[in-house]
Amino acid sequence: MADHPHKPAARPLSPFVTVFRWPITMATSIVHRATGVALAGGTILIAWWLFAAANGPEAYNQFAGLIETLPGQIVLFGFVWSLAYHLVNGIRHLAWDLGYGFEIRTASVTGVVVLVVSVVLATGAFALAWLGQGGYYR
Amino acid sequence: MSLETPLKQTAGLGAAHSGVGHFWRQRVSAVALIPLAVWFAISALGLVGAREAAVLIFLSNPLNAVLMAAFVVASLYHMALGIQEVIVDYVPQSGLRFALVMLDYAFAFAVAAASVFSLLRIAVS
Repeated sequence: MADHPHKPAARPLSPFVTVFRWPITMATSIVHRATGVALAGGTILIAWWLFAAANGPEAYNQFAGLIETLPGQIVLFGFVWSLAYHLVNGIRHLAWDLGYGFEIRTASVTGVVVLVVSVVLATGAFALAWLGQGGYYR
Repeated sequence: MSLETPLKQTAGLGAAHSGVGHFWRQRVSAVALIPLAVWFAISALGLVGAREAAVLIFLSNPLNAVLMAAFVVASLYHMALGIQEVIVDYVPQSGLRFALVMLDYAFAFAVAAASVFSLLRIAVS
């Protein structure tokens, strides 16, 4: 958007975000952007992990110790769920790019499916890890 | 009269200044990231609770090292494009917007370089 030399007068806006009930398609769109921004922070987590691995057992144990604390697990769950959501909803977006799934009913149903599948994937991954089913590359 | 064709004179004058280039690069990196992210998730779950030595064995495998580098680089490329979109949506001041987009790409290059450096260090150690 170009910068305007004269600022237009502040006009009242329709309070579309704060008053009306969010349609599911609006919620999934906002969450897609929010998880994308969260995943930008997640790239630091991955770089930190690789850096720690390259810097000897002490550096690695320090990183692993931080991740295993409760705040660490909360951050990790946020990262894992964001990745799951952005991946699954991203596939929904690619289907739209090809012209599929634009019916209002279809778009609403796939929105709910994406939310449910992303939560199942993230909690499933954590459940496997906590039940000792992860770590198969140890 | 100009030597440029009418098409050349109007190309790039839209709001994005770049046609559909940004949109297309975003989709190409998104498609590449589908298999890479699935591979990353399966690998990360497999390394839960692993000691440093086991992580080094995993990451010094050439296939794993290349896939991890591809995942990190494609992720940061996709991230730079996506955050750029967020910046141009919410920052109307052109100077600040320009600075933030520069910062966005600087972040992507820095984190990608640090990650690939770590992978190389593990590969040659």
